[in-house]
Amino acid sequence: MSFLPEALRLHREPLEERMAAATGHDALRALERERVGEDGFLALLSPAAGQHLEAMAGRARDLTLRRFGRTVSLFTPLYVSNHCANHCRYCGFAAPNSIPRSRLTMDEVRAEGEAIAATGLRQLLLLTGESPARAGVEYLEDCVRVLRPLFPSIAVEVFPMATDDYRRLAAAGVDGLTVFQETYDPDLYADLHPAGPKRDYTWRLDTPMRGAEAGLRVVNIGALLGLTGWRREIFVTGLHAAWLMKRYPGVDVAVSLPRMRPHAGAFQPASPVSDRELVQAMTALRIFLPRLSITISTRETPSFRDNILPLGVTRMSAGVSTAVGGHAKAGETGQFEISDPRSVAEVCAMLKSRGYQPVFKDWEPLEASA
Amino acid sequence: MEHTDIFELGGKRLTSRLFTGTGKYGDDCLIPAVCEASGSQVITVALRRVELDGRADNVMRHIPGHMTLLPNTSGARTADEAVRIARLARAMGCGDWIKIEVISDNRHLLPDGYETARATETLAKEGFVVLPYMNPDLYVARSLADAGAAAIMPLGAPIGTNRGLRTEEMIRILIEEMDLPIIVDAGIGTPSQACQAMEMGAAACLVNTAIATASDPVLMGRAFGRAVAAGREAFLAGPGAVSSLARASSPLTGFLGETGGAA
Repeated sequence: MSFLPEALRLHREPLEERMAAATGHDALRALERERVGEDGFLALLSPAAGQHLEAMAGRARDLTLRRFGRTVSLFTPLYVSNHCANHCRYCGFAAPNSIPRSRLTMDEVRAEGEAIAATGLRQLLLLTGESPARAGVEYLEDCVRVLRPLFPSIAVEVFPMATDDYRRLAAAGVDGLTVFQETYDPDLYADLHPAGPKRDYTWRLDTPMRGAEAGLRVVNIGALLGLTGWRREIFVTGLHAAWLMKRYPGVDVAVSLPRMRPHAGAFQPASPVSDRELVQAMTALRIFLPRLSITISTRETPSFRDNILPLGVTRMSAGVSTAVGGHAKAGETGQFEISDPRSVAEVCAMLKSRGYQPVFKDWEPLEASA
Repeated sequence: MEHTDIFELGGKRLTSRLFTGTGKYGDDCLIPAVCEASGSQVITVALRRVELDGRADNVMRHIPGHMTLLPNTSGARTADEAVRIARLARAMGCGDWIKIEVISDNRHLLPDGYETARATETLAKEGFVVLPYMNPDLYVARSLADAGAAAIMPLGAPIGTNRGLRTEEMIRILIEEMDLPIIVDAGIGTPSQACQAMEMGAAACLVNTAIATASDPVLMGRAFGRAVAAGREAFLAGPGAVSSLARASSPLTGFLGETGGAA
């Protein structure tokens, strides 16, 4: 079982033509349905639906409020290594890039964890470049053992692993997985990943499935917006999320909407996504999958994050450094430049001023309980 | 006025039959005002959201001292996980009441009856006052009663939907058949729906989303408190019989007398 046949079928589909043919009436009809199917989702992503963005935003806001209330879950990434074996043309950590490489010692991991925990955050995303040789399963297990006393929830965004390796991490205390397909277009994927283990499109595509099979509680997926046409990418992302939800009903499926940011390297996004388009993408996802968790990261500017908040956002990063060891020390090169440099306290203040409650803890690990 | 309609549950005497929740509020500081306005005396809290070591701002700080805590096992996917959460709740001083939620389908958030019954049996034997959240199914209700549940909490509609009493007929059967109190939980979206549940004979209602996500949660809490009380009074008053034929208060043929014929 794999999402691959579906991804390949969608790759052959003339989705752009179908979206171009959708009318504003099709989008309005989708908005009025109790449950929106694939055709409705397609209509909501169409250019014609753009004229009904306010109505989409209203529906997305209501659905989000009913399911999640006025709460936003906060987390921050902790970069523990930037060694990478891949040659992704769009990423600052790519192996050919001449940047200082490092991997934190366990003492440094503890110092980073304590610096983050001091801000009040209890949900962590443990992040590395993709180098099983330099930051493999054993290293990650060690990191989790150090960090677990400080954080009830630890997710990983690392190299794609086999199911048994995810089981090992789950046993150590990992409860979530983030993996971005980057692009669902297999031809573009091959072009953007000229060398390294990441070239294997199928292995990466099946990664969230393997994480779910290993018993991880949260699986977060996404496409890197800007690499190619966003409407197709969001449509396939939504269907991938729906596919995971149906097969793994015990898993919380989440989607991130990362837009490309400046980074070390010369690659420029081929298809920049405007603010208005990102709002259409997010609200269409919310209406299609009302229970989907949606993450907006510090790639976005403070004012945009503040304003997009009610339209479907359920998770935000805060107090972010994309550099290895960036919480306890400064000056390292990050994976990309962030746009929202606000502290955790500042993000919390913003949420409260807008009537939202920042949620620091949303999980109690049970492995050590009586 | 002295309350004569007391709801006795788990050794406590409650004058309010509205249970409230702590989830989805934009600010937990609203919780005390909602409790006061609604008159609620029982409040549920998800243990997974509680900072067990009290390092940061904590929902528990906002729950008035007179409230009976009803910790829930939200997040549990199996009976074993629910049991562990319940024990954790008791160990941290949340008392002996526990609302069992065992949900392994995050798409619809429907409770697993079999695992719920297993957890209920274990925890009832350990002395907990067990209130299981369940699909309104008579057989599951009987197994929960056999397992030692103190009350049964059937859903009116899927959790967080505000869709009302979609399971009305099934809840009506539970009210008729079960000797345990029936507390309608999940799906109630408006005070009129809570009132309807109480008129049917429900012992209480638990409402969270409809209050917490209202534009004015305090005012909505007060409305729910009044609606639940009104529905309870209507039930106790004994509603008149329903008829498909019109029956005038002053019968049109009353002048005919018993025999109906002319002298």
